[in-house]
Amino acid sequence: MSKVLIKGNEAVAEAAIRSGCRYYFGYPITPQTEIAEYMAKTMPKVGGLCLQAESEVAAINMVYGAAASGVRVMTSSSSPGISLKSEGVSYIVGCDLPCVILNVQRGGPGLGGIQPSQSDYYQATKALGHGDMHLFVLAPSSVQEMASLTSDAFTVADKYRMPVLLLADGALGQMMEPVDFDKISFSNPPEKPWAANGHGGARKKNIITSLYLKPEELEDTVLKRAEKYKLVEENEVRYEEYLCGDADIIIVSFGITARISKSAVNEARKNGIKAGLLRPITLSPFPSKKLRQLADTASAFLSVELNMGQMVNDVRLATECKKPVYFYGRTGGSMPSSEDVYEQILAINGGMKK
Amino acid sequence: MIVYKRPESLSDVPMHYCPGCTHGIVHRLVAEVIDELGIENDTVGIAPVGCAVFAYNYFECDFIEASHGRAPAVATGVKRTHPDKIVFTYQGDGDLAAIGTAETVHAAARGENITIIFINNTNYGMTGGQMAPTTMPGQVTTTSPYGRQKLIQGNPIHVCEMLSTLDGVAYAERVAVNNVKNVRAAKRAIKKAFQNQIDKKGLSIVEVLSTCPTNWGLSPVDALKFVDEKMIPFYPLGVYADRNAMGGDEND
Amino acid sequence: MTEKIILAGFGGQGILFSGKKLAAAGMDKDLNVTWLPSYGPEQKGGTCNCSVILSDGDISSPIISSPDILIAFNIQSYDKFMPRIAPGGMLFADSTLIDKKPDRTDITSYFIPATEIANEMNMNKMANVVMLGFFIAKTGLFDRDYFRSCITDSLPASKAALREANGKAYDAGVSYAEKV
Repeated sequence: MSKVLIKGNEAVAEAAIRSGCRYYFGYPITPQTEIAEYMAKTMPKVGGLCLQAESEVAAINMVYGAAASGVRVMTSSSSPGISLKSEGVSYIVGCDLPCVILNVQRGGPGLGGIQPSQSDYYQATKALGHGDMHLFVLAPSSVQEMASLTSDAFTVADKYRMPVLLLADGALGQMMEPVDFDKISFSNPPEKPWAANGHGGARKKNIITSLYLKPEELEDTVLKRAEKYKLVEENEVRYEEYLCGDADIIIVSFGITARISKSAVNEARKNGIKAGLLRPITLSPFPSKKLRQLADTASAFLSVELNMGQMVNDVRLATECKKPVYFYGRTGGSMPSSEDVYEQILAINGGMKK
Repeated sequence: MIVYKRPESLSDVPMHYCPGCTHGIVHRLVAEVIDELGIENDTVGIAPVGCAVFAYNYFECDFIEASHGRAPAVATGVKRTHPDKIVFTYQGDGDLAAIGTAETVHAAARGENITIIFINNTNYGMTGGQMAPTTMPGQVTTTSPYGRQKLIQGNPIHVCEMLSTLDGVAYAERVAVNNVKNVRAAKRAIKKAFQNQIDKKGLSIVEVLSTCPTNWGLSPVDALKFVDEKMIPFYPLGVYADRNAMGGDEND
Repeated sequence: MTEKIILAGFGGQGILFSGKKLAAAGMDKDLNVTWLPSYGPEQKGGTCNCSVILSDGDISSPIISSPDILIAFNIQSYDKFMPRIAPGGMLFADSTLIDKKPDRTDITSYFIPATEIANEMNMNKMANVVMLGFFIAKTGLFDRDYFRSCITDSLPASKAALREANGKAYDAGVSYAEKV
C-alpha cells in the first residue's frame, strides 16, 4: 500500500506519530478536531498519550512542560484557540524549546466563522506572542504536504530548538487527498542534555526559564536567538517556483490559494500571457531573497490571499517596491476560483488593475 | 550529635526574600523532605510567577519556570511524559487561586499525580501587596484600601476546602509556619504530599499560611501573631482530604 | 479530464461514504482526487454534502462552486445545488425523495427511485449504493465491475453479509440504468 486517501488533519496526526511524537495536548475546535480524535485513538496503541486539556491555555502549557522535559510534543488548534495559546508560545520561544503547533485557520476576527481562511498570517509571522520573537512557519498546500511538512516541522524544531508553526486552513484540514507516507523521511529525536527531567546525579541541574531581570543578560539571550534566526534564514527557506523564469506577472500565494493561483497561471499561459507562481512554503523566514531576484525580471507581482492583504506587504518589502505589487483576496471563509484569479492577471496585463 | 545544616537539596545561595518572610522556611522544609525521601536526582520543580519566581535558584533539582498560574499544566506536561519522575509546583495565592484557577482545578480533578506547595499570605507580594483571592474580609491591601468588602471585591476562596470536593485529590492539608509546633506539622504534611506521589495516589496539595511582613506593614514578630490571630481562625488548619484517589500502586 | 461532483442529502444516507468511494476509486486509477465534506454546525442540521474532484491534472481548489455532476438525495439539496450545475452537466436524483424536475435544458437529468428500490430489497440504508450503481452505469466514469469491487472490498472480510448486500444494492442500480 503506497497511497492512502486521508484527511489533512489526520495526515498531520499520522505524520506526527511517524516522527516519533508520542505526546499530544489539545482542546476541541472546528475545523481541526479530527487531530485530537486521531491522536486519542492512536496514541495508546503506540505507547503515547493524548490528553484533552481544560483550555488551549492549559494545552500549550502542557506542551511547554513536555518540551522542557525533552520529548517530541505537539498541539493543534484553530484561529481563536491559537490566540489563547500565544502566551505559552512566547514562553516556549523564551526558553528555546522545540515543539510543533498547527493552526487550521478559520475566518476571524472574534469567533468568526469555520470556513477556510489565511487571516492569521500577521499573527503567525509577526507576533504569535509578546516579545522579540519569531516562529518557523510552514505553509502546506496539499494533504501530502500536511504530512511531509509535519515531519520537517519536528526536525527543524529540534535542530534549532524553536517552536514550529504549521499554518494550514479549514480546506486543507478537512479535505481528503492521496498521501504517500513512504515518500516522506522521518527524523529521530536528538539527545536533549538541556532538558529538565531529573539530573539523576549525573549532571548539574537544568533550569528552563525565560526570566532575565538584568537587561544585559536578557539582551544577550535575544541577540543569540537573533543569530539563530539568521542561521535559519540561511538554511531553511523553502518555496516552490512555477514558470517564474520568463514571467512578466508573478503571483505570490501560499497554501490553498497557491493551488488556485497555479490554475490561473496555466490559463494565462494558454492565452499567451507570461505568468508565473512563487509559492512560499516557509512564511517565516520569508523567501525575500528569491523575490528580490524576481523583481529584476518580472514586471508586476500579485499577492493572492484569503484575507484583506497581509503577505502582500512582505512581498512589497522583499521586492523593495521595484515593481508594482498588487493584491487580490477573499475573506470571511470565501474562496476565490481560478477564474477570479485569472481575471486579476488579465487586469494587470491590460493595465486596468489598481 | 545533632548538626543543623543546610539540606543537600537546598542551594548554597542567598535568597531574595524579605526579612521575616516565611518562604525561606517552606523552601527549607521542601528541601529536607526531598533529602529524606532520597528523590533529588529524579525531581523536577515548577516555579510560579510571584515572590517565588526564583525558586529555581534555591533548589538543587531540575526546574522549569512557568507562566503566571500555569504551573499545574506545565507539571502535567512533565509528569505525563515522565511518570517515573517526581514533579512538584510551588505557587502563591494569586498564581494558584486567581489566574491559575482553571489549571489548578482541572489538574486536581484529573488526579494528576503531582505535589503542590501552595503559599497563602493573603496578598500579591511581588507586585507590592495587592488584594489576592485569599485576602480576608475587611483586610486592607493596596487595591482594597478601605478593607475587602463583600459587595465590592467579593468573597475570598478557601482553596483546600474547594479542592477537597474533587475526586482526583488524594490529600489536602492546611498548615502554618508561624511557630515551632506548626512548622513541624507543616513538614509532616509536605513529606506526606511527596510520599503520596511516590505511591501514585493522585494530587496532593499543602496550603501553607505564610507571612508577608513587608506588605502587611508589620514587624516579623507581629506578622507571626497575625497568622495566629487573624488567619488561622479564618483559614482553619487541618486535613481536608486524605485518600487513595487514583488507585496507587494497584494501577501497575 | 476533470469531474467535479457534489453529493448531497441527509446525514445517515451514506453521502460522505459514497463520495469517499468515488475518490478512492479515482486514486487507485492514479487520478488526482480531492474529497471535501461540509463541516461544522451544518452537519447537525441534518443536511450533509461532500465535494469530490477527479482529474488527470492538478486540482486547484477542492471547493466546487459549479459542479459537473450533482447526486442529490433530498429536496433541500436539489433546491440548493441543481441551479449551480454547470451547463452540459448532469443531475442524478433519488426520485423517491425528490418529486421535482428541473426546468433547465442545458443539463441532463437522471432519476432513480433509489430509496424505494433499497427498501424493496429490505436494505433501506443502501439507497446510496443503489444510486452509485445507477450513476456508474449511466456515466461510465469507472468500469462497472471495478467500482463494484471498490465498494465491496472496502468492507471487512469478516462482514461477508454486508459485502453481499452492498453488491446486490449496486447491481440493482446498474439494472435500473439498463431499463431506463
